[in-house]
Amino acid sequence: MNDQTGRAWVFGDNVDTDQLAPGIYIKRPIAELARHCLEGLAPDFASSVSPGDCVVAGKNFGAGSSREQAAEALRHLGVKAIIAQSFGGIFYRNAINFGLLPLICADASSIGNGDILRIDASSGEVFNLTREQNYQAEAIPAHLLQIINAGGLLPYLETRLGVKTKND
Amino acid sequence: MGQTLAEKIIARAAGREHVRPGEIVTCSVDLAMMHDSGGPRRIKPVLEKLGAKVWDADKVVVITDHFVPAVDVQSAEILNLTREWVVAQGIENFYDMQGICHVVLPERGHLLPGMFVVGGDSHSPTGGAFGCFMFGVGATDMAGIVATGETWIKVPETISIDWSGKMPRGTCAKDIMLKLCASLGMDGGDYQVIQYSGNVISSFDMAERMTLCNMAAELGAQTGIVAADNTTLDFIENTIGARPEAQNWHGDADASYRKTLRFDAGALIPQVAAPHSPANAAGVDEQASAKITQAYIGACTGAKLNDLQMAAEVLAGRQIARDIRLLIAPASVRELAQATKDGTLGILLAAGATLLPSGCGACAGYGAGVLGEGDVCIASTARNFQGRMGSKSARVYLGSPYTVAASAIAGEICDPRPFLDGGVL
Repeated sequence: MNDQTGRAWVFGDNVDTDQLAPGIYIKRPIAELARHCLEGLAPDFASSVSPGDCVVAGKNFGAGSSREQAAEALRHLGVKAIIAQSFGGIFYRNAINFGLLPLICADASSIGNGDILRIDASSGEVFNLTREQNYQAEAIPAHLLQIINAGGLLPYLETRLGVKTKND
Repeated sequence: MGQTLAEKIIARAAGREHVRPGEIVTCSVDLAMMHDSGGPRRIKPVLEKLGAKVWDADKVVVITDHFVPAVDVQSAEILNLTREWVVAQGIENFYDMQGICHVVLPERGHLLPGMFVVGGDSHSPTGGAFGCFMFGVGATDMAGIVATGETWIKVPETISIDWSGKMPRGTCAKDIMLKLCASLGMDGGDYQVIQYSGNVISSFDMAERMTLCNMAAELGAQTGIVAADNTTLDFIENTIGARPEAQNWHGDADASYRKTLRFDAGALIPQVAAPHSPANAAGVDEQASAKITQAYIGACTGAKLNDLQMAAEVLAGRQIARDIRLLIAPASVRELAQATKDGTLGILLAAGATLLPSGCGACAGYGAGVLGEGDVCIASTARNFQGRMGSKSARVYLGSPYTVAASAIAGEICDPRPFLDGGVL
């Protein structure tokens, strides 16, 4: 993650889980559900987002439902990190559980749509290569970073419970 | 320094004397509740990958409410998977098509003051009405919890919200919550705990307290909580036949709160939230005359027995407007039985309401009663996000059961107060 760059997709405040994972598609496989991710706000998002890209938002990103498909859809589309001024609490946990990097960053509003970002996950530093600015997000506590680095809670628990070895 | 009620419960679950806000602690879970959408359907493959079983089948409650009754083959298969899984895991606390999980859970006596409970649904804060610390998690989190019996939590601060004075006729807990959504915003809870107190809260029955805690989710709080009192203990005693001990489950007098907010109930008027956010709430007069095509009384928030009774007070002897439909999905089978027995249901049906099965239904866009393009609905549910109840172009307003019923009569959003106590016919 440290050396990857990705483009920023910028959204506003209170982006909710019904926008991320609309209820009417919730029974569908994740690949199909993900095609509708954020379609109400950015119709081209799901079809245009590239692996390694970042979602940038204002306050309370992921508000609403506990449905973790909201985080899973972003991961399915290749999003690596979400940089927001704050997160809905359940979504924050779900994002970690799916190996996404949810960064709380007061300066998220300085990032423009399409800016190229590089992120240091361990320090919480965000480098905006387009604007030549650096932002300091709140560092993720070490044991939560372990879950993210493992790729999410499931692979983390697989290792912890001895289901698979580190070389798997 | 003393501790708040939430801090005391978390400390006990973490095996500690004290915890302080901001600490991350690992807690033993007293009870884990899940439903058919985020439950076995998503948890089973995770547990299989981990080679794990549920840590304690007696501490797991499974309730089907999202895809009931099955409306298509996919729903039927999800429900069958759920039924087979609880048998395989030896889970006896399984309630199939008995109503919405947040209402069924206390109705069947699973919540006691001081418990640390997780629910696989965002409206899990509802359980806080019983003096529990109960919060919502996603399915992978839940899988980890049922595999280990533990979860991590960042100890939240507590925000104290006091409502005092006399609630005006025609207002209820739902109006309080919409008012708070407008005042504090959808992130006003900042993933902290909201503890409700004041003489209004003391006078509320358990159903109204459940509405308050339920919609703490709409304030972005981790949970809501009301300290147990005689009302709580009476309810539990009537349910399980024994009176629980609750004296330890109160905040200390010298506990520290992030802030204390005080509201005057006497100034409250019926609230309506405009599309597409509960935070768009304002006095009903601001939205009055907006034409509707559907009125919906349903969900964990707004279709308990007391909610149905509020609607019946307004609808008694009246008819809904000819060009709209009023859909009613009682929150649980037991609540429906009570409403049948006491005459509430008869009033609603005589007024022209359509009865739907007990379940989450159209609130989350899952079941019967979803909205099409251009539909305008007023609902007693908790959230009106764009696209939640169906079409992205549908518009959903939120109001109390009184206000939804009055609007169904008028065919447009209107103030329920003139309809009460022998008002306009």
